[in-house]
Amino acid sequence: MMSTVRSLWHREIVRFLRDRPRVTGSLLQPIIFWLLFSGALHGSFKPGGQVYGEYFFAGTLAMIALFTAIFSTITVIEDRKEGFLQGVLVAPVPRCAIALGKILGGTTLGFSLGVFFLLLGPLAGVTYSPMQGVATAAVLFVVCLSVTGLGFTMAWLMDSTAGYHGLMMVFLMPMLLLSGAFFPMQDAHPLLAWIQWIDPLTYGVGALRHTLHGGAPGIPSISVCLAGTMLFAVLTFGLGTWVVTRRSARDAV
Amino acid sequence: MSNAPFAVAVREVTFAYGERQALAGISFSVARGSVHGFLGPNGSGKSTLFKLLSTLVPLQQGSARILDLDLAHDTAAIRRRLGVVFQSPAVDKKLSVRENLRYGGHLYGMSGKALEVRIDELLVHADLQDRQRDMVGELSGGLRRRVEVAKGLLHKPEILLLDEASTGLDPAARRSMWALLKSQSAVTVLFTTHLMDEAAEADHLLLLDQGRVVAEGAPRALMRDLGEQILEIQSNNATQLASDLQTKLGVTASVFDDLLRIEVPNCHELVPKVMHSFGAQVQRLTLQHPTLEDVFLRKTGKRFVAIAKDKGSGGKSRRSRR
Repeated sequence: MMSTVRSLWHREIVRFLRDRPRVTGSLLQPIIFWLLFSGALHGSFKPGGQVYGEYFFAGTLAMIALFTAIFSTITVIEDRKEGFLQGVLVAPVPRCAIALGKILGGTTLGFSLGVFFLLLGPLAGVTYSPMQGVATAAVLFVVCLSVTGLGFTMAWLMDSTAGYHGLMMVFLMPMLLLSGAFFPMQDAHPLLAWIQWIDPLTYGVGALRHTLHGGAPGIPSISVCLAGTMLFAVLTFGLGTWVVTRRSARDAV
Repeated sequence: MSNAPFAVAVREVTFAYGERQALAGISFSVARGSVHGFLGPNGSGKSTLFKLLSTLVPLQQGSARILDLDLAHDTAAIRRRLGVVFQSPAVDKKLSVRENLRYGGHLYGMSGKALEVRIDELLVHADLQDRQRDMVGELSGGLRRRVEVAKGLLHKPEILLLDEASTGLDPAARRSMWALLKSQSAVTVLFTTHLMDEAAEADHLLLLDQGRVVAEGAPRALMRDLGEQILEIQSNNATQLASDLQTKLGVTASVFDDLLRIEVPNCHELVPKVMHSFGAQVQRLTLQHPTLEDVFLRKTGKRFVAIAKDKGSGGKSRRSRR
């Protein structure tokens, strides 16, 4: 089983590295977003007294995790359409190995890109101690695992990339926006504030703020954030492996 | 290795996609080491049968044993001993030929030097040594199909399943694929096809229509059963001509659209008589040995024309080109 997981994980990495536009886009997109948002809101928006570039830094890490998960797991639909998945489904491997390989592959990519961005922090004036850096990277890994598990589950159940994009716009993007990645939610409309608490990414972004900056106003305690993040990861990872193990006539489509 | 007399034994298998019945109680057995073909038009159920045998979809009704293992319960054990080549490519276009084979080997628990040696062996058989570092996406359809077959054979399966494996291949590429298959003599091969000439490669052939077996046997025997010769006449007014033939020559002809078929002994003797009496009504007249298409036509009352329209040039049959 482990050789299958390793093989599928390796395939994700190799395919990513060979796709130069994807590599370039993945590396530059968060930098461009961070530069644009922090540049534009520098003088006008200081959440909790924090410079916006610093505030948005943790949010950018969450954005990297989510976007990488989306682009990585959408390949599940392509694999199904192009036929590659059929070859894997009839192989003598436990189906959970397929989920494991794909989720770990996407997690590795998101984590690597996030660490790359994290290392650029001091150049942008976002400073942290080595311990804070390691703790942030650890939280980032769990956030990547959770969103990749979620993306994988959604992709496995979808038949078209267009449908996946649709779901991304109405579900995943609001999830990111309401998590506090871009702006604080403590003064939001009560309805939105309530939704924030059921948004699992809120706890991931909160945990990143705790490890990176020692916390921020309006976010739950570090223990709640860490517990929420871990729970989200366990749930989505479990969901991903569960949907794969169901054998149905849909596999033949 | 099992000593079961049959590599595959299927009994009364039915399968439905919701309301649509794809297999309607199909039964057959496949002898070990044989090449077994399934010929049928679109919707005949052959791809569904393939998906069942390859363990891609679960059995709904009926029973099937593969290498004396129960298809309903021993899926994992069966998978280890099956090689599968799908109609849609199961290779990754963004990986090289060798990488695809290596990943394929990992899925079947192969690794290390043994895997590399086996890959080398198959690259030789498939005549792909020079292309092993090329990305699969850069290969022609024929070469890509050879990579698929080589991947299916990597773990030395006892049974190889091929679903419309030569669809879209030119005749040379198809020959090359079959040469690779036949280099693996110990393997039992089950293949589905809509190509008459490819179906003739089988030791034993099942003709399928609407989820049922309509004829079964060695291709030559199936064709021989129809007699020595068949006379076909194409006419704008086939029904009238059939009636005239009955009245004036005492010959019974079957009518299929604009086509009349006469299957009587020594039907070559009818040619001058038909031309003399009804020459003006004849657009084309063909005297030929029976083909598998004729067998299908006799058994189902339907022609294979629709298939050629659906499947492109690779699937064009002699009759469908008219």
